[in-house]
Amino acid sequence: MFSTYTYPKYGYRRPGELGSTRVRRVPLVVVGAGPVGLTAAIDGALRGLPVVLLDDDDTVSVGSRGLCYAKRALEIFDRLGCGEAIVAKGVTWNIGRTYHGEREVFAFNLQPERGHRRPGMVNLQQYWLEQYLVERALQLPGIELRWRHKVVGVAPGADGVTLEVQTPDGRYRLEADWLIAADGAHSPLRHLLGLQMQGKVFQDRFLIADVVMSRELFPLEHTERWFWFDPPFHSGQSVLLHREADNVWRIDMQLGWDADPEAEKQPARVVPRIRAMLDQQGYRHVEFELEWVSVYTFRCRRMKRLRHGRIFFVGDAAHQVSPFGARGANSGVQDADNLMWKLALVMQARAPERLLDSYDVERGEAADENILNSTRATDFMTPKSRAAKTFRRAALGLAAEHPFARALVNSGRLSVPTEHAASPLSTPDGDEFEGWMAPGAPADDAPWPDAPRHDAPGDDEPPQEWLLHKLAEDGAGFVLLLFRRRPSAPEAAAIDALAIDPIPVRTLLVDPSGTAARRYDAGPGTAYLLRPDQIVAARWRHLDLRRVRAALARATAQEGRA
Amino acid sequence: MTHLNTQPNFGIPGRHYRHAYTPGDDFYEMLIEGHRDLSDEQSELMNARLILLLANHVGDLGILREAIGVARAGVAAAPGAP
Repeated sequence: MFSTYTYPKYGYRRPGELGSTRVRRVPLVVVGAGPVGLTAAIDGALRGLPVVLLDDDDTVSVGSRGLCYAKRALEIFDRLGCGEAIVAKGVTWNIGRTYHGEREVFAFNLQPERGHRRPGMVNLQQYWLEQYLVERALQLPGIELRWRHKVVGVAPGADGVTLEVQTPDGRYRLEADWLIAADGAHSPLRHLLGLQMQGKVFQDRFLIADVVMSRELFPLEHTERWFWFDPPFHSGQSVLLHREADNVWRIDMQLGWDADPEAEKQPARVVPRIRAMLDQQGYRHVEFELEWVSVYTFRCRRMKRLRHGRIFFVGDAAHQVSPFGARGANSGVQDADNLMWKLALVMQARAPERLLDSYDVERGEAADENILNSTRATDFMTPKSRAAKTFRRAALGLAAEHPFARALVNSGRLSVPTEHAASPLSTPDGDEFEGWMAPGAPADDAPWPDAPRHDAPGDDEPPQEWLLHKLAEDGAGFVLLLFRRRPSAPEAAAIDALAIDPIPVRTLLVDPSGTAARRYDAGPGTAYLLRPDQIVAARWRHLDLRRVRAALARATAQEGRA
Repeated sequence: MTHLNTQPNFGIPGRHYRHAYTPGDDFYEMLIEGHRDLSDEQSELMNARLILLLANHVGDLGILREAIGVARAGVAAAPGAP
């Protein structure tokens, strides 16, 4: 097969622990250097935590696998200092089109509005993403990356975890105060601990092929996601097309439960399927070569609890979804984003341990939402009963002419961040607000310095800076957004006091007449308290130091002690 | 005179949805779930009962005539079953 990518080989080093009788104790171990484990390690290091990151392999993901990175994940990568590399290498898109037969029945735009730094989605092969994350991790002094270190035993204790680690040179023991399991869908740690997943397996098989094309099917700047129900070139099944970096194209073809996975992987089977698609779509002149082929089934399931004492499960190790919706890696990255600031505060003895329970509450809610949306898309794609098949046929038929039915056509609802409406860390609104920036929602981006013109049509000059980037400056702690050009004397006093609290709050003054003010439904004097993961903790029409401190106490699980 | 509404119209009155697809997906899941574990024949009967219930709720014969027309037009022209 063809190759557009050279796999890096990361050096294994014989660990000092081998041959020593003393067992080393470290504050934090992350198991699994995939997108989620690397995100956790980088975030931890940026928050001043020393991290030991163990991986059983010595390279990046084989095959493109996780491909679509959504706006929220990109914003997190920006905060970690590697968003630009990912976006520059990847393929930006916002438009998705769904066809039934040859007719377009539904289209969506992930970002119909201007004035955001990041687009709705960027496609990038998982190996590139992991490579950039490894490069970022290697820049940070706090991360000890250990390749070909496989965890083969785990013993949880009251105040830590003991790991048994296998290397090419032998086994050693390692004690950790805290452990993050980011070891993927087959999570050896989950198995070693005897923990179960709950959910369902879908009886369907999908072919996935990465294909290098001799010509572009469409120009890079017009990249879209194309999905077909029952196309003429693959009758009775569904097909998904994505563009990847390096003129690689991802084709997913539904095969049905009876397909033989080994036979379907053979180029003799795969090539004619892709040729038929290209020919029927008007690309007779395009030649192609296969780069990677796999046949997969999928599950929608999760662990009942994401925290087990000193052990946290993140990403696919904790929950799995079907690929239609890009809710796998994206939710895993958000798991790490949610967990690391809490863990840092607890490890630094600045917040009580019960703050960590909110990781399970919030990311459990996100897992449920992702599983719900993923299950619905999959149920639409793979109708099980005759009644379900008939309804789908009716919806697709009506969709050509009737808008209501278009909205029922479900080829995947793409990853958006969960809004934690009932988070124990949020302070419910006391004042009236419109819009979506309610406590528990992730902060929206806006141009910086802000001005009303930035999302006006016809303004093609991109802003120099962005609100979310300003939030992450000076470390990523709590930030108060105060919508004022110049604070009043009492506001200035509150700002100064918050800046030197035990958990300091940095204040950012935002133009009360700009794009951000509109997105946050803010007027002069409105204040938003944002968590270190950029989620709204509380908001008020007027700044009141006491109320900010109370909301901060709640957001760090210190209520009643503040 | 009121016409058959074919714009997206699902939702709980007074509730705002962050994502436009959510109420339609809620309905679709409810519908498919409602048929769970029924035989084909039972499903067919359930659909008929459902149509009668909803038709009575709509009541307006003009709208029902329009709906019957739209539904039938698509059946005559429907592409092969996926």
